[in-house]
Amino acid sequence: MSTFPDDLQYTVEHEWLAAGDPVTFGITDTASEALGDIVYLEMPSVGAELTAGAVCGEIESTKSVSELFSPVSGTVVEVNQAAVDDPSLVNSDPYGAGWLLKATVTATGPLLTVAEYRAQTAG
Amino acid sequence: MMPVAADSSGELRSPLHLEHVALGGVMVPFAGWAMPLRYSSDLAEHLAVRRAAGIFDLSHMGEIRLAGPQAGAALDHALVGHLSAVPVGRARYTMICADDGGIIDDLVVYRTGDDAYLVVANASNNAIVLAELVPRCAAFEATVTDESAETALIAVQGPRAQEIVTSLTAPGDLAAVAGLGYYTGLSATVAGVRALVARTGYTGEDGFELFAPAGEAVGLWRDLLVAGKLHGLVPAGLSARDSLRLEAGMPLYGNELDRTTTPYDAGLGRVVKLDKTTADGRPLDFVGRGPLAAREHSEPSRLLVGLEGLGRRAARHGYPVVMSPENLDVVVGHVTSGAPSPTLGHPIAMAYVAPGLSALGTELAVDVRGRGEPVRVVALPFYRRPQ
Repeated sequence: MSTFPDDLQYTVEHEWLAAGDPVTFGITDTASEALGDIVYLEMPSVGAELTAGAVCGEIESTKSVSELFSPVSGTVVEVNQAAVDDPSLVNSDPYGAGWLLKATVTATGPLLTVAEYRAQTAG
Repeated sequence: MMPVAADSSGELRSPLHLEHVALGGVMVPFAGWAMPLRYSSDLAEHLAVRRAAGIFDLSHMGEIRLAGPQAGAALDHALVGHLSAVPVGRARYTMICADDGGIIDDLVVYRTGDDAYLVVANASNNAIVLAELVPRCAAFEATVTDESAETALIAVQGPRAQEIVTSLTAPGDLAAVAGLGYYTGLSATVAGVRALVARTGYTGEDGFELFAPAGEAVGLWRDLLVAGKLHGLVPAGLSARDSLRLEAGMPLYGNELDRTTTPYDAGLGRVVKLDKTTADGRPLDFVGRGPLAAREHSEPSRLLVGLEGLGRRAARHGYPVVMSPENLDVVVGHVTSGAPSPTLGHPIAMAYVAPGLSALGTELAVDVRGRGEPVRVVALPFYRRPQ
């Protein structure tokens, strides 16, 4: 059963974004369940430039590879090394220990509220 | 022939469809059927089969019955193997090839009686195999009957499979089922259902495949799940089935085998019985014999090898095999199947490469989405179960 925390924002590409300076983002329950067991994360390096809506990494599961789209434009300040070392964290705790990137933000792409994202995934 | 129920998407449904849904199965289209990709976790299901047991619904596969005094002779002609020489109660892995020697499907054929054989085809090829068998067998005293719609197929695979299946076997059949050797089968009653019980499988573990009437599949499935619970049995889907057979070095039609491939290319020349003869020594002709005989002695243009990934990213079906990670332009082959290996802890793949690069230990690379990942040629299978 997919959960969507109320205090986050979401994208149509199944990412979540937590406000702050820097922001934190990752993928939702829906995405991690659809992927199945995640086995490898291809992440940008600290200092890499991000463009809202552009592919910034890859998430690979046993059966498939999915692109990670950045919800913001800005610069990567931290990569979740724990998840890179143990990608199963993204399955077991996608909103907590399975966070992916922290970034400083110059612009934000289109975001959905939790209600809008819930409606989109229910459809 | 009774059609199986199709849902609104046009996909065929297994007799066990509602069981999969109730178990949380993620249903996906597969060869025109709705089948469970996974129930919980690909890795957990895969590891359960290696350590305890998994139960698989394979009812989408095709079952074609050959019966009559010349059923064996008909199959000797239609297939590459020497099926009339198979003793009653034994099974053979074999292939049906086209006139040009290209593989139409790989098959397991069970000799169920003196004049009776069961041909098991891949779901994706069942119609084609039937369409080829009928004319090929027309000149022989044998009937060809498609029994797929009435036949359910349930596999129980893993080190605990024997305990699970025998715990439900009727007392009169118990010794025979417990004593079944690899690639043998017999008719037995399991959970009150009369089934062909065969010691075959596609996982590299010990296990059984049970061919039962479709109308009795649900009861058999449920009873196996209950009996298997205390042995650690879990339902396992298509994803685990694929990673298990890859570790076991077993080919998948559509990946390692296709119409452009001969059994020799895939390292399976052993299934082609060029020298098969009748009981009185007359050579038996079979479909594809000429090109296959020519191919047996000629230089191959490519060979199937196992590749062990030395990095973390897995090679996948269709990815180019290259000489080195630094030079992605020099393509020397292509990957047919690839995935992370749950049992071995590193990526594995099968690939066709130029014969000169097929020696064990050859270091190559795979172009994984624009980056070169180092790999090394290793022997197949990648995994062998402890004896």
